[in-house]
Amino acid sequence: MHLDHHETYPTRHTCTLRPDGTRRALRIGLGGPVGSGKTATVAALCRELRDSLSIAVVTNDIYTREDADFLLRNAVLPAERITAVETGACPHTAIRDDISANLEAVEELEDRTGPLDLIFVESGGDNLTATFSTGLVDAQVFVIDVAAGDDIPRKGGPGVTTADLLVVNKTDLAPHVGSDLAAMARDARAQRGDLPVAFTSLTAPGGIGPVVDWVRGRLAAWTAAHPAGVGA
Amino acid sequence: MNAPGRAGVAAHARIAAAPGGALPVLRSEAPLALRRTRAAGPWAQVAVVGAMSAPLGGDRLRLTADVAAGAALRVGSAAATLALPGRAPSEPATYDIALAVGEGGELRWLPEPVISVRGSELHTTTRVDLAAGARLVLREEQVLGRAGEEPGRLRARLTVRRDGRPLFDQQLAFGPGTPGWDGGAVLGGHRAVGQLLVVDPRLADAPAEARSLGGTAVLTPLAGPAALVTAVADDALALRRLLERGAGYLCRTR
Amino acid sequence: MSTAALLLIADGRFPAGGHAHSGGMEAAIRAGRVTGPATLAAFCSGRLHTAGLTAAALAAAACGGCDPCDLDEAADARTPSPALRATARRLGRQLLRAARATWPAPHLDAVAAEHPGGLHQPVVLGLAARAVGLAPRDAALAAAHEAAGGPAFAAVRLLGLDPFDATAVLARLAPDLDRVADRATAAAAAVPRHGTDALPAASAPLLDITAEAHATWPVRLFAS
Repeated sequence: MHLDHHETYPTRHTCTLRPDGTRRALRIGLGGPVGSGKTATVAALCRELRDSLSIAVVTNDIYTREDADFLLRNAVLPAERITAVETGACPHTAIRDDISANLEAVEELEDRTGPLDLIFVESGGDNLTATFSTGLVDAQVFVIDVAAGDDIPRKGGPGVTTADLLVVNKTDLAPHVGSDLAAMARDARAQRGDLPVAFTSLTAPGGIGPVVDWVRGRLAAWTAAHPAGVGA
Repeated sequence: MNAPGRAGVAAHARIAAAPGGALPVLRSEAPLALRRTRAAGPWAQVAVVGAMSAPLGGDRLRLTADVAAGAALRVGSAAATLALPGRAPSEPATYDIALAVGEGGELRWLPEPVISVRGSELHTTTRVDLAAGARLVLREEQVLGRAGEEPGRLRARLTVRRDGRPLFDQQLAFGPGTPGWDGGAVLGGHRAVGQLLVVDPRLADAPAEARSLGGTAVLTPLAGPAALVTAVADDALALRRLLERGAGYLCRTR
Repeated sequence: MSTAALLLIADGRFPAGGHAHSGGMEAAIRAGRVTGPATLAAFCSGRLHTAGLTAAALAAAACGGCDPCDLDEAADARTPSPALRATARRLGRQLLRAARATWPAPHLDAVAAEHPGGLHQPVVLGLAARAVGLAPRDAALAAAHEAAGGPAFAAVRLLGLDPFDATAVLARLAPDLDRVADRATAAAAAVPRHGTDALPAASAPLLDITAEAHATWPVRLFAS
């Protein structure tokens, strides 16, 4: 996390302030393996937060627009608030090594839709090594699921170990696939120390709740650190 | 105009069109022969004939057409232009066309294709200067080799300026010795290539929409009041059909 | 002049967005025009000597101090495809962002302020090269390198082509890169006297034709 001060565009490229001196949107990255429920998590977050916050989404699909189209079909946000970035078959390059297209996309979204509170940047499904550049996002969420094996937290990897929030999704499936949620929690703590872990089941009412609470907490910290309209 | 000791011929043919279908200048120079043909309304119409055997290697041909403000000129050719190997095979033939259209004038430049014959080398340049309110329809077609024949070398530059600013500039180069000309970026094995350029101030308010015309042709709006159909095809006939299809969409949107 | 700066700006890992663009390769592969090393070589050679030469000359001219607005207009005239104009400007913006962060320079800041919509990428490449004290020929060489290298590495990803084969294709093109850079530099040197019409306008019909269709594919891996 880098709630940095005294940064002016473009010396830092996840500048904290817009060129006009106002606070820009908080950017949260979501990564994780294929099929763990990243897009469903983004959709659930948008539904919960869209009434109180101005939100947009950037997707980094392996194949263009698949995730963006899912979000559109599910009508979680108007079309002009969803942008798909092509990644040349390598989402991790676009979110970590060369973030220039994603920075273009987030700035275009703010230009197009007016001031935003929150932008989710979703990575295409990748392996356990996908992490976001701190030049792109202010915080990142790594989404895994119980069905892919309860040993993933134990295996670690940069996503599991360093993400600001680890989401263990599809907890409703745990009994069916023989995954041990307690062991996953224990392993996660061993890998992550005090960094938070959220267990979610998006099929249950309010299942996204723990992630919503975490996002609201980050946003409050961001807002407190960068009062709107203040020039530094 | 022939430089001493040169093998090729040098010729400069000129056309000037004035309002009301008048042709104050119509000057042929062998092997470029110009004929006035019948046209209706305000149009003057000219056919370029007799260029069949030209240009040969070493020839230097020039053709100039000036369309005065408010005039309308249509230029075609009686047959395809064959680029042939010449008396001075080491020297390319050149064919330089200079076109100018004044305010409110219109030029339709619709010659038959240039056919690049095996062993020939032709460099064409077409330079068009348009007033801000001038209109232009220009077609350019190149056929690489007669049927089943390996082509010669062909280089064609087309530069269009409008109101003194660059509007369209393109150089095509094909044939033996031209790197990558037949690869997947340039022609991909096709033997006919062409374009149809339309410049019309009305396109500023209602630009053409980009449109794919099958896999080998496209209609695109330029950065200005102009649109271009670009096509590659297996032969001249298929090429003409693609260009006309593109022109059809343009007429509908104009 | 710094050779190290040239290596940095020409490196495919320079974070200016190039990795997501195939230079027409994705469309060429779909059409069956590139299938292996031989067709890859023909494609890369064709692109280098057409769009690559044109880009290299624009870059050299920008590096040599020609007016960026005039060069951008010349680039527009040489880019009939609106999809490719949009791509060139987007990549120009991305390169300008990376260049300003990497080599802060007042003239780059001024370009960003005057052209919020971006300039064609080769023009920005030339301006960035100028900011680090590179010569016009360096800028031309970097543009030429990108023109051939971008599609080659995209082909590796798209075809699962042996990366050694693809790199060997580029190695064999090295003398062509030098020739293209020489021609581009010579043409750029004529701009102050003869205007931007002196710049090459070499173009590749299939690149222009396929770019528009590619931009509308619902499913694609590369942005262009």
